[in-house]
Amino acid sequence: MRRANLNAGVPMLKFIIKRLLWMIPSLFAVSFLAFVLIQLPPGDFVTTYIATLASSNEVVDQNTAAQLRERFGLDQPMLVQYLKWIWGIVTSGDFGISFEWQQPVSGLIWERMALTLVLAVASLLATWAIALPIGVYSAVKKYSIGDYAFTAFTFFGLSIPSFLLALVLMYVAAVEFGQDVGGLFSPEYETASWSIGKMFDLLTHLWLPVAILAVSSTASLIRVMRANMLDELPKPYVTTARAKGLSEFRLLTKYPLRIALNPFISTIAWLLPNLISGSVVVAIVLNLPTAAPLLLQSLMAQDMYLAGAFVLLICALTLIGSLISDILLALVDPRIRLE
Amino acid sequence: MTDILTLAPRKPLLEVKNLVTEFPLRTGIFKAVDDLSFSIEPGKTLCVVGESGSGKSVTARSILQIIDAPGRIASGSIMLNRQDGTSLDLAKLDPRGKAIRSVRGRDIAMIFQEPMSSLSPVHTVGDQITEVLRLHLNMSKAEARKEAISLLRQVEIPNPDKAIDRYAFQYSGGMRQRAMIAMALACKPQLLIADEPTTALDVTTQAEILDLISRLQKAHGMAVLFITHDMGVVAQIADDVLVMHHGVAKEYGPVDEIFHAPKDPYTRMLIGSVLKLEQKAEIRLARPPLDTSAEPILDIRGLSMQFGDMKALDEVSISLLPGETLGIVGESGSGKTTMGRSIMRLYDPTAGEIRYRRSDGKTIDLARIEGAELKTARRELRMVFQDPFGSLNPRMTVSQVIGEPLLVNGVARGKELDERVCHLMEQVGLDPATRERYPHAFSGGQRQRIGIARAITLNPRIIVADEATSALDVSVRFQVLDLLMRLQDELGLAYIFISHDIGVIRYMCDRVGVMYRGKLVEVGEADKVCNAPDHAYTQALISAIPRPDPRDRDRSRRFRYVEPAAPNVAAITNGGAAR
Repeated sequence: MRRANLNAGVPMLKFIIKRLLWMIPSLFAVSFLAFVLIQLPPGDFVTTYIATLASSNEVVDQNTAAQLRERFGLDQPMLVQYLKWIWGIVTSGDFGISFEWQQPVSGLIWERMALTLVLAVASLLATWAIALPIGVYSAVKKYSIGDYAFTAFTFFGLSIPSFLLALVLMYVAAVEFGQDVGGLFSPEYETASWSIGKMFDLLTHLWLPVAILAVSSTASLIRVMRANMLDELPKPYVTTARAKGLSEFRLLTKYPLRIALNPFISTIAWLLPNLISGSVVVAIVLNLPTAAPLLLQSLMAQDMYLAGAFVLLICALTLIGSLISDILLALVDPRIRLE
Repeated sequence: MTDILTLAPRKPLLEVKNLVTEFPLRTGIFKAVDDLSFSIEPGKTLCVVGESGSGKSVTARSILQIIDAPGRIASGSIMLNRQDGTSLDLAKLDPRGKAIRSVRGRDIAMIFQEPMSSLSPVHTVGDQITEVLRLHLNMSKAEARKEAISLLRQVEIPNPDKAIDRYAFQYSGGMRQRAMIAMALACKPQLLIADEPTTALDVTTQAEILDLISRLQKAHGMAVLFITHDMGVVAQIADDVLVMHHGVAKEYGPVDEIFHAPKDPYTRMLIGSVLKLEQKAEIRLARPPLDTSAEPILDIRGLSMQFGDMKALDEVSISLLPGETLGIVGESGSGKTTMGRSIMRLYDPTAGEIRYRRSDGKTIDLARIEGAELKTARRELRMVFQDPFGSLNPRMTVSQVIGEPLLVNGVARGKELDERVCHLMEQVGLDPATRERYPHAFSGGQRQRIGIARAITLNPRIIVADEATSALDVSVRFQVLDLLMRLQDELGLAYIFISHDIGVIRYMCDRVGVMYRGKLVEVGEADKVCNAPDHAYTQALISAIPRPDPRDRDRSRRFRYVEPAAPNVAAITNGGAAR
């Protein structure tokens, strides 16, 4: 048995390496699929571009269009375009140039990712900090007045669409309190470089989107946590712990809570890709400089390198997220690690 | 010193007076324990015995104030007289307060029925033992670990310094219960409450755990409150016995009196139904001898079933005569359930033949047939399952449950179906007027009758009963067995009766096959196998069964079977049996 314990890390390492190797073909497959899908709708970026120009009464003739296509490399077969693109990524980390923005894709994405990350982590922490204790409380005090009150809140939070909440809160904040809402910065800081003042400005703008994003996810998380806890509380091992003389708080946190948290670890798999594609509507309503509106815009404009890079990123994050949650699950749950 | 102690008038360790524990329900207040009084002397064993719903578990939990919500102690007192002379009324304490918490685990410890689910799945065994030591005795981490290892050694867990860092699921069933006992004994409690601690274990493991408890009890001078439904266990270990029924004490007294001069009719019935299983059923004694010259209806040859690397069935050969009851006995993991399911073709056997003689005299191999032929054969071979709760669809009425085989096979419908269902219910002793009710409205025994009615709907020729009476109380158990035998006479059935309970086998079966690790080690007449077996394993199995007579407590006859061929890694490390 000692040998088995010593070697417990080896199969784990093997598992991780195997999973990492598998990620390579998956990423290639998905990137190709994404590339094809983005091109499937009729027309390309040039058609969209011409249509935009036409709406402001500018006429583009066939020759110019062909020239544009040639410049962007859109006249070549799709496979060649794809290979060129993926080759650039693999050899020099070059994700191509965004047609619409006339900037390197990587720069565009990274610029947005930092703020996206700040917003997502902030709302995630807020959600967990509120939802987990309330969920545990609701389960332990099942059918108490407090439980009913929180239940009412959760149903409210679940049934209100977050964009509506965003609109209402924006109105209240702007009209009633004269707050500057929308975006994450005041106009004077928007293009300024980072400073203490800008940080503070960010914090004053951050609370509204964080609150809006947290309300709906808090609501569902409370329900999940309550259900998980209710499953664990009547289990015999809880009674055993009680019969040992542990205080109620200590036994709750050590035993049922520990096990009730396990399902949350598996949610990491979809939390990461949600960084980019989640909360699109709220971000657009609040005019947030995060990744989601950019992704939507690139898809609508058929800005294929930008969109492709986003899809690739989402896919990579999904794969990494599920790997992380698998590893964490194995670490915290010996039944998975050892059986 | 000891002289003075023995001279002083001894107060009982625990004195329970007029205890009432109730559960407020929507329909009113349910008294799970009603006006119960008893006491436990230091170092003695009190057995609380009763059938399901008797309130014996609630009694135990009331003492430590760990009753499941919404139960609560309504009145009465539970006096704990500590060794230092102080007394404490546990019934008056706040269930969440400090005072009761300092009693739990230190003065009074408890072990439970299902050791697997009673231990945390994500904490090591050592973690859970050291926790008690650190909580009550303020030990440092290192001291507590040392003490935990020595406790594991006391309960005879091999390699305790390694076992301490392992998880409950890496232990076998018996080892888990040992670990629970080690945890309970950590602070040298004066009273150990054991709530059905051996019910989930095999008889041989049960015997070892009982031995362990009584040895530790002597060594520590600890009193034991032992809750069980098994009269055999009571007879073997009790000093005093409290018989409970529907929350009320029916009889309370020394064990010898309870067994040999029971006053209460309920106690007499309990003991009577246990003694009944000590011999052949009256119905069988009245029968003419079985025609052994007949061609077997089922002839199993070299049946093997492999799950991965595990051989669940290893070249099993046995036959069944028409109208015969064949018992299959063995401990958990012996392959007896796999055998039943292979015969029903719920599993596809990896090798061997199951030759079934149809009513037209033609023989078919059940292991090979497919499609329509298998469907026809399955109408003639039916099954009764162990769990009367899990094996009935809670969303179907009883008449739907019983009538389903008729409907599915297109035998009857409409009014005719209804009549058939009513007739079947009468046959198994149920009131046909209740046929529109759902299974939850019936007791365990009645549900098992529903399961039997479902099995006989299509006039089968063979019924495979897998632990059909194991989940039932003793008083109901022999009623169901009698019903099965009556139906056998009426319908000319042959039974394959799978059980771990030798008593049931002896009562019910003509012949018995004993299984051990996928092999059939002994086949013979039930009387012979149950009373004077040939194979060493069967002898060990029989010797481990607790005899329901307190005057017959000779443990020296008991021994553990060791397989002659040694190279069995699972038996040595005790890890393989954890399944």
